[in-house]
Amino acid sequence: MKKIKRILERIVESILTVSGAVTSIAILLIIVFLFKEGLGLFNSPSVEKGYSLYVNSKNPVDQLSTIDTKQIFDSELTNWKELGGGNQEIKIFRFDELFNLYSEEELGEEYSLIPEKLGEIIINNPNIVAYLPDEYAPTDVQGVKVLASKNISLIDFFGGKQWMPTSTPSPLFGVLPLILGTLLVSIIAILIALPLGLGVAIYLSELAGERTRKLMKPTIELLAGIPSVVYGFFGLVVLVPIVQNIFGLSVGETAFTGSLILAIMALPTIITVAEDAMRNTPRDMREASLALGASQWQTIYKVVIPYSASGISAAVVLGIGRAIGETMAVLMVTGNAAVMPHSLFESVRTIPATIAAELGEAPAHGPHYQALFLLGCILFIITMIISITAEVISKKQPNKGV
Amino acid sequence: MNKKLSQKIAFMIFRILGIMVVGILFWILGFIIYNGIEVISWEFIFSSPSEGMTEGGIFPAIVGTLSLVMGSMIFAFPLGVMSAIYTNEYAGNSWIVRFIRVMTNNLGSIPSIVFGLFGMALFVNTLGFGDSILAGSLTLGLLVLPLVIRTTEEALKAVPNSYRIGSLALGASKLQTIRKVVLPAAFPNITTGLILSIGRVSGETAPILFTVAAYFLPKLPNGIFDQVMALPYHLYVIVTSGTDIEASRPMAYGTALVLIAIVLIMNILAMIIRGHFNKKLKTN
Repeated sequence: MKKIKRILERIVESILTVSGAVTSIAILLIIVFLFKEGLGLFNSPSVEKGYSLYVNSKNPVDQLSTIDTKQIFDSELTNWKELGGGNQEIKIFRFDELFNLYSEEELGEEYSLIPEKLGEIIINNPNIVAYLPDEYAPTDVQGVKVLASKNISLIDFFGGKQWMPTSTPSPLFGVLPLILGTLLVSIIAILIALPLGLGVAIYLSELAGERTRKLMKPTIELLAGIPSVVYGFFGLVVLVPIVQNIFGLSVGETAFTGSLILAIMALPTIITVAEDAMRNTPRDMREASLALGASQWQTIYKVVIPYSASGISAAVVLGIGRAIGETMAVLMVTGNAAVMPHSLFESVRTIPATIAAELGEAPAHGPHYQALFLLGCILFIITMIISITAEVISKKQPNKGV
Repeated sequence: MNKKLSQKIAFMIFRILGIMVVGILFWILGFIIYNGIEVISWEFIFSSPSEGMTEGGIFPAIVGTLSLVMGSMIFAFPLGVMSAIYTNEYAGNSWIVRFIRVMTNNLGSIPSIVFGLFGMALFVNTLGFGDSILAGSLTLGLLVLPLVIRTTEEALKAVPNSYRIGSLALGASKLQTIRKVVLPAAFPNITTGLILSIGRVSGETAPILFTVAAYFLPKLPNGIFDQVMALPYHLYVIVTSGTDIEASRPMAYGTALVLIAIVLIMNILAMIIRGHFNKKLKTN
């Protein structure tokens, strides 16, 4: 009987041990799944899957970069000369146009003659670039060559200034505007929240009486508890019109509006962490300063603040982390234009907002889907760095917990 | 003189800032309550949305959120409590514990949208749950796991060591001590973790976007593999992409009020329990 009991205890204890590792396992799984999907992007061809670009084999151009392809199909590049080919105007041919040139019967039974006809078209037009599905491609026809499509590269992704995930034939996944948008919104948010948060932290730790503290701490906790979608709603119906009127803008959904709402959302984090750090300042230090004739305010900014500097920096870092990862509120108030941000009073789009807005429409495992997962990876890495930095910084505080 | 004046000005500013922060909370709450209260009725709570979500109520969304809360808690609460028991009672102060704590903190700092991506990749696609209550609950459960662990650890730490020593001295095994002495003493504080997690889960939108939430689904779910509507997602939808955004504004205020009420009641309940039982533990 006792033996069974001991075995049972052992089992329970080993279950407890395993569950101790659950968060580590979760992080590991998150890394595996995020990166597995995300890194697949660099194995995707830059042209839409299942399609290729074909040219006449006399055309000296062998390869097109993603940007070139896009510019050709947007009619921004119109001459082969600009791509290192002969001086010929570029003629774009899309698959659908075939049906304007030939009747159903001419294309044969079950469209079996399509490749042949396409081959003819390409051979007869030395300046053509044809965007065709692989299924009907004239691959065996002499005089036609496939433009080697490069895979999407790291430079395309991290250096690209255009995020146009649905443009055909080659979608652009330039992540720069999204990263800059995220940083702009978050940093401005912290610049707004920091003085406010520090002020409140000082008030709570140094000035407020026990009763005020007991009332204000829960208030701040409640502020942290409000769901982000409610902040977004509030931002949309209250802050957006205010920003629009004060700054005389045509639309109020701007980076600045996003920063305002993020500032409010980051406040509880900043206040709690900074206040904890300040309260950890040893009593002797304060008393020494006061005994030397310093006023309370001098003691605060000459002794308490320098002493808790590392805790305050941790508060800033954590606040930024909170702001960078915030999704719904930002999605609802920043207007979401995926362009390089030029001013605070224009619409921007952040990384989390992009994921939230686009993942629903991106076909599973396609390049767009993978690009969004890669954005998730970037976000994951940024927040990991931030959370580790905050941990390292806050450890630096001397005699923590005195 | 100068010293005193600058102190006066500085303190005045801090006081104003303190009032401002409280003011912001009341501004947001007041705004939602003021606009939402007239929408709230039995009909609003217990009927389905109709007329392109400009009329009717939010019953399916409430049921959906409740099922997500239940699902995620069934998964996260026992796991989180067990994990906390391990780190606090068994592992001592080794590097393993420090590593686990760092990992728990890191998991807690991951943005909710990343959980959404992960949930979609693992639960919806790889494990083939599809958009379902199961996938959404697991994703949300993972999201609140750090919160459950942290509050449980705090609760366990608040139990005086003399309790444990006393029990062990009476010949109880370690597990018996935990089960019969430590857990009962820590229980009220552990429930605050549960309550806070419920509040957190009911308000999260990003993780459920791609794992469970349905845009419009008036019928109630039949099982864990069904999609559901959920309050936060419903609010997002009627605010940003409803068929008639202006006409559905009252619905939005009402939904926001119900959502905020759930979240705030949970938070306040947790505070009360914590305050009450911490006093009790101290006086013991």
